[in-house]
Parts: sequence; C-alpha cells; structure tokens
Amino acid sequence: MKNHKHKSIHGLPQPGSALGNRFAYITLLLSAFGLMLLGKADVGVMERARAHVTDGVAPILDFIARPVASFDRMVEEVISINKLLDENARLKIENQHLMQWQSAARKLSAENHQLKSLLNFAPGTEPGFVTGRVIADTGGAFVHSIVVNAGKREKVSKGQAVITNDGLVGRVHGVGSRSSRVLLITDLNSRIPVVIESTRTRAILAGDNTERPRLIHLPPGAAPNLGDRIVTSGHGGAFPPGIPIGIVTQLGDGSVPVKPYVHRDRLEYVRIVDYDLQGILDANLAAKGVGVFK
Amino acid sequence: MKSLFWQRIDLVVRSLTPFVLTLVLVVLGQVPLHIPGFAEVAPILPLMSVYFWAIYRPDLLPVTAVFAVGLIQDALSGMPFGVNAAVFVIVHMVVLSQQIFFQGKSFLIIWLGFSMVAAGAVSLIWLLNAMVFTSFASVEAAFFQYLVTVGIFPILALMLVRWQRTVLAQI
Repeated sequence: MKNHKHKSIHGLPQPGSALGNRFAYITLLLSAFGLMLLGKADVGVMERARAHVTDGVAPILDFIARPVASFDRMVEEVISINKLLDENARLKIENQHLMQWQSAARKLSAENHQLKSLLNFAPGTEPGFVTGRVIADTGGAFVHSIVVNAGKREKVSKGQAVITNDGLVGRVHGVGSRSSRVLLITDLNSRIPVVIESTRTRAILAGDNTERPRLIHLPPGAAPNLGDRIVTSGHGGAFPPGIPIGIVTQLGDGSVPVKPYVHRDRLEYVRIVDYDLQGILDANLAAKGVGVFK
Repeated sequence: MKSLFWQRIDLVVRSLTPFVLTLVLVVLGQVPLHIPGFAEVAPILPLMSVYFWAIYRPDLLPVTAVFAVGLIQDALSGMPFGVNAAVFVIVHMVVLSQQIFFQGKSFLIIWLGFSMVAAGAVSLIWLLNAMVFTSFASVEAAFFQYLVTVGIFPILALMLVRWQRTVLAQI
C-alpha cells in the first residue's frame, strides 16, 4: 500500500518486487492447498473455525435478511392480489378435500388411541424444538446449505433434523454459539435413509447439488411409482421415521429423482428438532463423502 | 497540524475501502433472496471485486487481502477451506500478469476478460470441490452460476468504477 505514491505508473508490477511477489503467491497457494488437505484430515478444527466466522457475521446477516424477507413478502402480496379470485376457487375445492381428510383423520386418530390403550403402548418422548430464522443461503452451485440464527445457546447440536411444516429440510452440520449451518437434502454430501411410504421399500436419498435428490440403493426389482411419497425411514438413527421428504415425479433407470416438498427459496423459518437420537452421521464419515454412487 | 493528521486518517480509511467493499460483497452473497432457483446460481460477487481491483488498484487490494477474502468466502459458503482462497489468489495472479494488456482498455474488453477469468475460476472451484469431496457437482448448475456471474459483472463494475473515481480519486 505504501507504493501508492508512484501513481504515474498506476500499480504496474514493480520490477524490484517481482521476486517477493512470486514468493507471496507460492506461499499463499501452498497454504490454501494445505488447508484443503487439513480439512480432509481433521474436520473438527475446520468446522470450529467455520462456526466462529459464521457466528461473527451472523448478526450482520440477520440484520440484512429481515428487510429482504419483508420486501419479498410485500412483492408476493401485490402479485397475489391479482390472483385472489382463482385462488379463492382453488382453496374452496381444496377445503372440501381437506374436510374429508379431516374426518378420516379424526376417525383414525380415535381408533389409534383405542388400539394403543388396548396394547398398553408406550409412547415415545415428545421431541423438543427450536425455531430459527434463515439468515444465509449459501454455496451457490457447489454447496447446498443454509445458516440459521440459532446455535449452542439454544441447545442446537450437530446431527439434529431440520424441518418445516412441509417436510424435511436437512440436518444440522455445524454449530456455533448463535448460528448453525444446515446441510440441505439436495447437497452433494447428503445421504438419508428413506422408505417409499406405500410399499415400505427402503432406499437412500442422495443429494447431487441439483433441485432433485435421487433414490439410490433400491432393492432389485423394487420399482417406485409416480406420485409415491418418500419419508424418512429412521434407519441408522439419524432421523426419526416418517418425516415427509418429497414425491417421485419421474422414473428413470437406475436412480429415481424425488421432488422435495420443501422449496429452498421459501425457507424463512425452520424448526430444528431434537429427537434425542444418537446419530450415525459422525464427521469422519461425512468427510470421506460416504457412499458416492451415481 | 491537526488537519494533516485527519488527512492521513482520511487517506488510510479511503485506501481500505476496496478491501472492505470486497468483504461486504462476500456477506451480501450469502443473503437469502427468496427468488426461486436463484440460490443455486447466485453470482460469485467477491470474484468480480478481486478481478476489478487487480486491474485498477492492485496496491489497494494486495494478494494477502485477496487470500483473506477467499478464506472468509470459504467459511461462509460452506465450501472446503482453501478452495476460494486458492482460486482468488490465482485470479489475482493471472490478472496482474496481464496488467499491461488491461491498461486503458474499453469496458467491453474488461468484461470479456472477466468472462474468461470467471470461466477458469468456476471450473477450478468445481474441480477443487470434486477433489475434496471426491464426487462431482452438477456441471449444469456451475455453468448457470458462471453465466449469472458474468451477467451481473457490468452492474457491479460500473459501481466500482464510480467508487474509484470519487472516493479513491486522490489516493
């Protein structure tokens, strides 16, 4: 910065400093590659560093994200005024369907209650949850993750499931004191044990950095149908069973793309749920990019 | 005497702005905009800033600052540490080596240059991620991210040009 006095040549490389520059470049590049290697060897240190940086920026992001979100809501409201009539008609029809479902659900719930009391069924513990605001949506084409403004202070811990009313968003991947990073189900490194709801066929839902994660490791001969709902299976203990994830909208050979219920662009508040499960997803496995099958 | 002191302070603060602006772009790049499909192809804002200052004022955004910006970008974006740091340093190096070419060129040439540099940068980010994660990200998404990045560049570059002509004019 000191050579700004030689403004006449406007920052042209100084002949004398060429050697020093080359040394700086080599050192910095080697450090960068060293960090990449270190990140592969010891994930813990890197994740802690990442959590600290994210924590530091979290208040700023929180501050910026709010007006952006309210502006988006305003635009959405203006757009929706135009569609009120259509929307109303659609909602009336949907309401009719839902009323039918409601009566079905009430009947089943009562029946379920009776059967449970007959069987002396011990119910599982009710999960606790923390609601957080999405303050960053990061990584572009390469990493699908979001940052939520809740961390250790709110008792968030690594491996917990993150959901919205629509379904599964992802799992907590790194925790700082006031922020945490959530790996979305669409991320390249996301692997979730799932079942096809109707047939109970087990599979793994693997993200590939597109909007449609894929079902892999389907048992031979098990063909999912269009419109099949995919829910978590609870195997491996990372997530409880039955959290909705998405539906099969397309059938290919080999792997089946799944359309998630959760839209990344609409994530504003998410729930981080503590089911008190011992997750299998330890850092070393994640670092090795477990089960990369395409 | 006092005015001289304040002048010095003023000068230092002004000369820090390229670095601060680049950091601001790193943070802005993470803000959720709630636009469908946008998050996957969000432009790499700090890359534009690194390129711009490497051409016009490399003295105000030296390579160590570029490295630091890359590390913060890595930390916030969730990419492996070192990926953006390496890519930004290489971009800085490549642009500086072509400095004589870039001097006094029209904006179109600068933009064209950015489209080439960004192509290399995005490919390299893709490759380094593939190496660290030992699996391949979608090429399609990376390509669209590249297009968006190149498309946004003129808007940001024009703002930076104005900044350079006003705030940094006397430095």
